[in-house]
Amino acid sequence: MAEELTDKQKIEIAKWFLINSPPGEIQYVAKDIRSVLKDDNAYETAASESFPLYNKSHLICLQLPDRSGDVLVTSFSEIDENEYLDPRTAQVVKVDHVKQVCTEMRPANDEELPSPYIEEYRCALDAESIKYISEAYPKGFTSVYCVSGKDVEEPGSDFELVIVISAARHSPQNFCNGSWRSIWNIEFKDDLQMVEVSGRMQVGAHYFEEGNVQLDAKHECRDSTIFQSPDDCAISLINIICHHETEYLTSLQASYSNLPDTTFKDLRRKLPVTRTLFPWHNTMQFSLTRDITRELGIGK
Amino acid sequence: MEAAMGLMRRIPPKLTETALSALLSLLPDHSSDLLSQVDQPLQVLCDVDCGKEFILCEYNRDADSYRSPWSNKYHPPLEDGLHPSADLRKLEIEANDIFAIYRDQYYEGGISSVYMWEDENEGFVGCFLIKKDGSKSGHGRRGNLQEGAWDAIHVIEVGPEEEGIAHYCLTSTVMLSMTTKDESSGIFNLSGSIRRQMSMDLSVAEGHLCNMGRMIEELEGKLRNSLDQVYFGKTKEMVCTLRPPSELLQMRLPDSRDV
Repeated sequence: MAEELTDKQKIEIAKWFLINSPPGEIQYVAKDIRSVLKDDNAYETAASESFPLYNKSHLICLQLPDRSGDVLVTSFSEIDENEYLDPRTAQVVKVDHVKQVCTEMRPANDEELPSPYIEEYRCALDAESIKYISEAYPKGFTSVYCVSGKDVEEPGSDFELVIVISAARHSPQNFCNGSWRSIWNIEFKDDLQMVEVSGRMQVGAHYFEEGNVQLDAKHECRDSTIFQSPDDCAISLINIICHHETEYLTSLQASYSNLPDTTFKDLRRKLPVTRTLFPWHNTMQFSLTRDITRELGIGK
Repeated sequence: MEAAMGLMRRIPPKLTETALSALLSLLPDHSSDLLSQVDQPLQVLCDVDCGKEFILCEYNRDADSYRSPWSNKYHPPLEDGLHPSADLRKLEIEANDIFAIYRDQYYEGGISSVYMWEDENEGFVGCFLIKKDGSKSGHGRRGNLQEGAWDAIHVIEVGPEEEGIAHYCLTSTVMLSMTTKDESSGIFNLSGSIRRQMSMDLSVAEGHLCNMGRMIEELEGKLRNSLDQVYFGKTKEMVCTLRPPSELLQMRLPDSRDV
């Protein structure tokens, strides 16, 4: 007979379900797990611990309180557990993770923002990124953050920026949800006068009409370019990103095309090698190739 | 219970086993419902007598032991374990042999098992199971899959024969997972499960096995096609909606910027 679970165990289980929710579905999962847990305190603890992790991992996009724009919730823009920086508008928003909304907004302090030198690069990259995603993603959001060296004032030091791209499509009425997340780390190496690029792309899709099927695809790549002026760097970098992301999409399409006849075949063929259905009424023709010595009768 | 099933529809299919054991520990009173309604990947044991593997499921389980379709013995041994009648056991043996050939033809490997038992309505129930490891280290003939698993469970209820006709009701569940991995496209994983039903009234002239086999073959084929075209197709559609393929994105060069 199973023992009663401890509170800690219940919370861990609830957290696991929440964190593993597909894109756009955490609220539905939350409702169900709350029901199953039958313990509101445990649920609330689990929710307060897992929603922030989910939100950051999924790069969720929230509308600013004054509806003037959007802010991405990411680990790169986190000032505090509930405060996130939007460098484009130089605002810091307060976020209610469980409700997935912005509650307050205030201008960022100088210490929270990069130096003017860094900001030149960040801003140029941001502008190019916006142009790129407006062409490539029908409903995408992007932001550029400085993750290292934000106080560098002039050439002579290294610094690192990160470009985040987040696109999501939620169609629960069609039983389909999906997301595309790209994170591009851009390391500006002053001594080498090179810029190293490393990207991680993650695509997920979930279709669940009378079934449950999910796509989980990831890819990493690297590239580099020369250290130039902010505007030239931005154009060159976005070109690199565009190139890799387009290539990745093409290879995803190729993976799908290979499915019916190649990949899937390793699991189950569409038809036997004979290209006919299995002769249930007459399996004698196969008995020579099998270790079956007695006659296969049709049993009643 | 509805909430539990809702969770199972959302959790990534690869995490099904963990999710089910989590739910079982949260809802111990619903364990028999959960076990019968939630599909999970099949486990396998080796028959000590003949060295052949057999598949484990609720239908060959009694207490904590499982009955092998080859030797008809419980593993671990069980006194007074449930066994099909002699007649039904004969049908079960033939079913296992024929189904093994069917499995070979479609799956080019893998393991299958068939279990039968009498039900209360003077008919009987048959459970046909297939487990295939299609990864290149398993039985994947073409080496495409880093990881590949197919589990099929077909439960078919056969009603008593009346005037040469019997009623068959088949419930088929397919669970699968496929992962490809390479330099240029990274890791690509599709996984999922679907379940469908099919009922038919058929003449028993050619025997029950023939009828059951044809229904299973038909429904299994439909599920495979559905997974491939509809389900995976929808995920592909979603990817192309997120980021439409476009030859129109211009590569911007530093000296050809728009002013």
